[in-house]
Amino acid sequence: MLIWLVVTLTFVLVRLAPGDAAAILVSPTATPEDAARLRAELALDAPVVVQYAKWMGGLLRGDLGESFTQRRPVSAVLGEAIPVSLGLGLSSLLLTFVVGVAIGTLQAARRGTVVDTALTFATTAVYAAPSYWLALSLIAVFTYGATVWGLPAAFRLPAFGLRDPAGTEVGWAAVVDVVRHAILPVTVLAAVGAAGIARYARSTVADLAGAEWVRTARAKGLRSGVVYGRHVLANALPPLVVLLALSLPGVVAGSVFVESVFAWPGMGRVMVGAIASRDYPVVMGATVLYAALVILANLAADLALPLIDPRRDS
Amino acid sequence: MNRLARFSAILLAVLVGAVILVPMLAATDPLAIGDVLATRLVPPGASDRLGRFHLLGTDRFGRDLFVRMMLAGRISLAVGMAGSVLAGVVGTVVGAVAAWRGGAVDRIAMAISDALLSIPRLILLLLCAALWRPGAATVLAVLGATGWMGVARLVRGDVLGVRAQPYVSAAQALGASSRRVLWRHVVPNALGPAIVATTLGVGNAILLESGLSFLGLGIQPPAPSWGNMIAGGRDLIVTAPWVAIAPGLALIVTVLACTLLGDSLRDRLAGERPRDLAERA
Repeated sequence: MLIWLVVTLTFVLVRLAPGDAAAILVSPTATPEDAARLRAELALDAPVVVQYAKWMGGLLRGDLGESFTQRRPVSAVLGEAIPVSLGLGLSSLLLTFVVGVAIGTLQAARRGTVVDTALTFATTAVYAAPSYWLALSLIAVFTYGATVWGLPAAFRLPAFGLRDPAGTEVGWAAVVDVVRHAILPVTVLAAVGAAGIARYARSTVADLAGAEWVRTARAKGLRSGVVYGRHVLANALPPLVVLLALSLPGVVAGSVFVESVFAWPGMGRVMVGAIASRDYPVVMGATVLYAALVILANLAADLALPLIDPRRDS
Repeated sequence: MNRLARFSAILLAVLVGAVILVPMLAATDPLAIGDVLATRLVPPGASDRLGRFHLLGTDRFGRDLFVRMMLAGRISLAVGMAGSVLAGVVGTVVGAVAAWRGGAVDRIAMAISDALLSIPRLILLLLCAALWRPGAATVLAVLGATGWMGVARLVRGDVLGVRAQPYVSAAQALGASSRRVLWRHVVPNALGPAIVATTLGVGNAILLESGLSFLGLGIQPPAPSWGNMIAGGRDLIVTAPWVAIAPGLALIVTVLACTLLGDSLRDRLAGERPRDLAERA
């Protein structure tokens, strides 16, 4: 039901757009007849209801239609982009969680000290920064900065693309190449996410650290590390995991900017490009995919909760 | 109000004053392009070859970055605030009417809101921004159209709660019309969370506007916005990083001030929920 609504809304939104897709797609020297022929070929001249029925029918069979500009199935276009975005999203999400929880816990443990204040300021500032600006700043540091300050060659990270344009490496060398290309984008995405998680982790952990059973654990003579690891974090984890699952779609959507800056061939770039060229099937396919991701993430959060929090059973 | 919140409020006030006054008082027209060769890409705090001092340097056309940044701030702040308020108003109306009417109206409104909520806001923005010709009015409309769902849910929940209060029955018993009871007695008492959400939304709206402008779907050059100024400095990032860095810093300071202000407001009125954080792109 929800998915049907999302799909229909997407269709309506996309079809509300003024501007004739065929007029943009034909070559500059084309005649009106050429445009009409193309319109017929893409079934753009059919009544909207028929187009809707056709699209829905295809969708039910898992067929997202054919891209207007690339003349191949949308599933193929998106299929190439999804692993790139998902890999980027998942690796930065993992980093986000580890770094975010670590910073938040550290802050909560050192509440009120200079460390806490400095980290609060830093996380809030990073949280307020647009990801594409962080990306550009990092590029400035690792390209402009690396040459001006004479950093060692290892710091001159590649700033664009998924692989070396020459692309001659195979095996491990290729993996290393992709990883080197991934460092900057993953760092940017993870920094923004970690700042958000840290803010939340700090308040959660700080609340829990004041609980009576934490005082009991301390009174038993447990070391501070054990108290935090076994007693505080174990209880702080459930809400954090929910937050993590809920922020997955945001991270993937946020990669629109990061992919755009670093020229990564992921979903975000496909989406932006498709909107610009009025490639309706690709735009609709990508939107439906994003929505499916949100719904799945919410579901995953609901399902994971009883697993990590034995107190809850549903 | 704590110290941090007061500091943020003052900072925002100074910013608003600066973005209004600086372009008015500036010696140079931030849009005019003069002697490009003599004035372009001056580093921050230096003078160009015509002897004019530039606090933050100049861009590739020799335009003063500081003055342009302040002019851009006018647009970014205005669009961000208006967009957030618009979303807040739409959300309040939808949420209040849905809760008050109940039945099919409620179900349809909430179903649409759920459906829109399950598309990441940024993607929704991109979809909508592609609908009309890009510009400030489009960005504003799109921010309103994609930001109302959260507020609508909050207001709906509160209206349902307030509706059960005795003073609502009292107003009805006194013969007040249904519309009057809703807007005069119920909604004003259900507005707290909506105001918090709207305030917190300002920073986010400014970020989203700048993001759209960065991608070329928002404010169009030559009108400056922080987003399109950063985009303009993008290919100069290796040779003249300040062109892109400076507007980004302005953006961070503004969003930071808005967030801190909203945070302190929320701490007084409601608790933090994970969904608020997750909504942020």
